Amino acid sequence: MTIKEAEDEIVSEFALFSDWMEKYEYIIELGKEMPIIDEAHQTEKNLIPGCQSRVWLHAEHLNGKIVFTANSDAIITKGIISLLIRILSNQRAEDILDAELLFIKEIGLTDHLSPTRSNGLVSMVKQMKNFAFAFSNA
Amino acid sequence: MNIDKIRKDFPLLSQNINGKDLIYLDSAATTQKPRVVVDAIAQYYSEYNSNIHRGVHSLSQKATNEFENAREVVQQFIGAEHPHEIIFTSGTTGSINLVAATWGRQNISAGDEVLISAMEHHSNIVPWQLICDEKGAHLKTIPMNEMGELELRGLDSLLSHKTKIVALSHISNSLGTINPIRKVIKQAHNNGALVLIDGAQSVAHTPIDVVDLGADFFAFSGHKLFGPTGIGVLYGKESVLNDMPPYKGGGNMIKSVTFEKTIYNDLPHKFEAGTPNIVGGIGLSSAIEYVKDIGFDFITDQETKLKTAATEMLKSIPGVRIFGEADQKASVISFNLEGLHPFDVGTILDQLGIAVRTGHHCTQPVMDFFQIPGTVRVSFSFYNNMEDIAALKRGLMKAKSMLSV
Repeated sequence: MTIKEAEDEIVSEFALFSDWMEKYEYIIELGKEMPIIDEAHQTEKNLIPGCQSRVWLHAEHLNGKIVFTANSDAIITKGIISLLIRILSNQRAEDILDAELLFIKEIGLTDHLSPTRSNGLVSMVKQMKNFAFAFSNA
Repeated sequence: MNIDKIRKDFPLLSQNINGKDLIYLDSAATTQKPRVVVDAIAQYYSEYNSNIHRGVHSLSQKATNEFENAREVVQQFIGAEHPHEIIFTSGTTGSINLVAATWGRQNISAGDEVLISAMEHHSNIVPWQLICDEKGAHLKTIPMNEMGELELRGLDSLLSHKTKIVALSHISNSLGTINPIRKVIKQAHNNGALVLIDGAQSVAHTPIDVVDLGADFFAFSGHKLFGPTGIGVLYGKESVLNDMPPYKGGGNMIKSVTFEKTIYNDLPHKFEAGTPNIVGGIGLSSAIEYVKDIGFDFITDQETKLKTAATEMLKSIPGVRIFGEADQKASVISFNLEGLHPFDVGTILDQLGIAVRTGHHCTQPVMDFFQIPGTVRVSFSFYNNMEDIAALKRGLMKAKSMLSV
């Protein structure tokens, strides 16, 4: 699945929700389900500096693609991360670097990803792209 | 006094957030502004905006008079002896930095000590660390107990001839503790140390008399006192301020300038280089007049009722843990819901139109003390009502049911 296809899939899932509560309940569900990062990778080094919730992000280069695993101590943050991982994990570095991530606006999560929200998600997207940049030059 | 009528004085309170009535429980971060303050700001810009001091024209005279009148309003409000003991700054942070950088640079030497407390806001920690690092001095802290109260029994042993200044918050912004500043000031003075009181969290909630307290410095922000952002106050005793070197150089703070030598201006202008926040001072003055009209009797009564009701409500919810249970406490309550991250709780409350603060509240050492990443903090002002507390309860129950695994 391409990044665009994964984004479209998420947008159509969110279109089913009629109010904020259903949307957040879904994000919270995703946060509960998301595969936890391997404990060995939940390190100080992988911690993304964000203000409020802590986010760990690990990246590996496998068969020309980048695989992300992550975790957060806040469940809503974790749910949103799981959306990002669904879209950006298992993709080629150059595609990750090109990703515009328009789905964020379309599913109404812009607030969560605005730089003024000190929850580390902006830093997280940036960090994912940084990993992609590093691997693309490796 | 009628609370419904008072709420109408605050235009911002009657709006919807995320389709719900706004419930504003974040006054410790910043208070809302009454219409009179908004009007005073608009009036300044639409009727007499002009640069102050040294202007010969009428508008400049009018602006100068209003700005200097604001200084006198502040002076009387906090019981200072002279208007020139009131220095306008950008806020509490600006005030503390001014003292650390000027008084500190002149009076703190290698081996000296600065004493703060375990519950200070970062803005009453970092400026002192900067000057201590520069001078080779040491920063020491008054410890606190599990209730969030200062442990003052050991204060005498913390104070010595090396202690140059004690910098202490009047009310803790993350725990709500009202510190016994009078006692600390007395003991510090007995040991020959000066005292700076960070009044950011107290000035809107309790009457202040700096002379009666005996504080050498008292700092606060306008925006936590129903005034605009970007204006704050440093009160300093005349004798102390006179001996201090200037902070920033520029216009207004000088008497005469040649390339060889500059003669500094008198108080308060010595510390107010450049064009000050004129409209900020005027807005603050109108906010103070508004507070005086409401009166601290009403404010204290209303906020005590709100604090008591909110504390009882929170304790009735299973799994709530309150941080900061001091005997003397202001209407600031920090808490967590068992097993839930404060960020998640705050996000759900926001969806319900309830504005709270989450995180470490710029007091990371306090969070480390309790070994938590942060808290949810609700803070009340006299414009809050019992319906706000009922809405908070409904919001917390909702957050709990949505977030619990």
